[in-house]
Amino acid sequence: MRKKKRPMPSEPEQAAGNGVLDRRLFLTGGAAAIGSAIRPDQLRAAEALPVEPWMKTPGSPFMPYGQPSKYAGKVARIFSSAPGTTGTGASRTPHHLLDGMMTPNGLHFERHHSGIPDINPEAHRLLIHGLVKRPLVFTLDALMRYPMESRIAFIECAGNSALLYQKEPAPLGVQPIHGLLSCAEWTGVRLATLLEDAGVDPRSQWILAEGADASGMSRSVPLAKAMGDALVAIYQNGEPVRPSNGYPMRLLLPGYEGNANVKWLRRIKLTEAPTMTKDETSKYTMLQNDGKSLQFCFAQEAKSVITRPSPGLTMAAPGLYEITGLAWSGYGKIAKVEVSADGGASWALAALQDPVLPMAVTRFRSPWRWDGGPATLQSRATDETGYVQPSRSKLIADRGARAAYHFNGIASWGVAQGGEVRHVYA
Amino acid sequence: MSTRDTLLAACWALVVAHSAALAESPNLGAAASPEEIASWDISIGPDGAGLPSGSGTPQQGEQVYLAKCLACHGEKGAGKPNDQLVGGKGSLGPGQTPVKTVGSYWPYATTLFDYVRHAMPLNESKSLGDDEVYAVVAYILQLNGVIAENDTIDAQALPKVRMPNRDGFVRFTRGK
Repeated sequence: MRKKKRPMPSEPEQAAGNGVLDRRLFLTGGAAAIGSAIRPDQLRAAEALPVEPWMKTPGSPFMPYGQPSKYAGKVARIFSSAPGTTGTGASRTPHHLLDGMMTPNGLHFERHHSGIPDINPEAHRLLIHGLVKRPLVFTLDALMRYPMESRIAFIECAGNSALLYQKEPAPLGVQPIHGLLSCAEWTGVRLATLLEDAGVDPRSQWILAEGADASGMSRSVPLAKAMGDALVAIYQNGEPVRPSNGYPMRLLLPGYEGNANVKWLRRIKLTEAPTMTKDETSKYTMLQNDGKSLQFCFAQEAKSVITRPSPGLTMAAPGLYEITGLAWSGYGKIAKVEVSADGGASWALAALQDPVLPMAVTRFRSPWRWDGGPATLQSRATDETGYVQPSRSKLIADRGARAAYHFNGIASWGVAQGGEVRHVYA
Repeated sequence: MSTRDTLLAACWALVVAHSAALAESPNLGAAASPEEIASWDISIGPDGAGLPSGSGTPQQGEQVYLAKCLACHGEKGAGKPNDQLVGGKGSLGPGQTPVKTVGSYWPYATTLFDYVRHAMPLNESKSLGDDEVYAVVAYILQLNGVIAENDTIDAQALPKVRMPNRDGFVRFTRGK
């Protein structure tokens, strides 16, 4: 049988200015066409490849819980604590050193309001009360007998990327600026099932969710979300939820700002109105230009960020690179991501890597031929509702620069002659 | 379709609808008594429902503040090393650098009671008695000029306190 002949362009298709190539390039074999001839710098002396010591002796023994390679020590969180505390603050995911869509559990970002509690799961209880017919208290063992569901979901702190509200670009990279974002498979019991067990009083419109940490972190959430896709998550990427992410159980509200996904969940109270806790009044509200603050902004808007190239990862030499990053929306699936290498003057569609799931991060990739000259890299996400990630200047024009939370504007990485990558505004 | 068939079909539809609405549950929660709930139900909404008995004055609160709060929140709530609690009134307007404090930003006084009782002092949360919480709340409100020096804060008075930025919040609506 004759194979259908596939056209092999001698020059790969330029999809946008300054070297952004067609997203299908790597898939169609076009890349082979560019790189097939050996360049002079690829020639090397003809000597035998070394047979290393680890090829000749047995390796290390088993260990009960696996650890990363000692050579991957840089793949780690960075963190900062409030003055006078050691565990009150935030740690950030090193997205510039990761790929794929799932965040390893040891690298999931954290935000703690009074450290990580050391909870004995046998003593932990989940209380459901307030406007219910039958107040109930659940043990972990009881919840483990319930039918479970998984959601692959991002969690993003509402304060992620807030540095972009600043007048001048912070001279930092992906991790310190955008590292309050992670994505995991969360498995647990539907909160709706537990609320139905307790019998929801029709007067109830909200829930209050409270943690068992020393700060008793608590948030009000609309009952509709609690009865929708909310989970009491017991597993994180297949293993028990990490203490830093809420062991033995946390609330998972897919798409909602991180703070509402209460960790170490100990209590759900059904109420008629929001409780107006500290974190939903004095924090996590957005002060606008007119002096009024937006309250109860729960879902994270569509957003994307290029993880490579990015600051700290200096580009070695002109040639073919992959621009890759993450896109996500708290309102559903990512519909498309566009990439620009000329500061937004022209855009090309990036390839979206499967799976593309609602309220999960989507990995995007775009081939780019860097000519060695200056470039400004940007990505722009559109979600399935048609919402388009705004430019930084549009976001600030609409909302002001004092909002402090929910920054989802376009971020820019400047590539200088010589390959250094810096955070810039464009 | 006969009347009987129509009825049967209607019954079946009801059965299906019912099972869809109520998912199968092992129903393993234990009944929680009011006594059990009381020690955990410490959240207080704007209506003040559930506030405990007891009371405190700004003067009493100053003593609590000096012993338990000063190290983190500075003299008279001026802040540093941690959050500023006092001042900033009138700093939220257009073009200004906002100084968000209890007095300038917080919409409800009940939130202060709720938060202090949950989380403060940071290194020994839930250690203050109800009178001490009322007192330190009264002190911070008085420093902010929200109540007078001679006022007493208790379960009746706290929800009636009107915070300066009470009308400063708008519910978020997407696309607006």
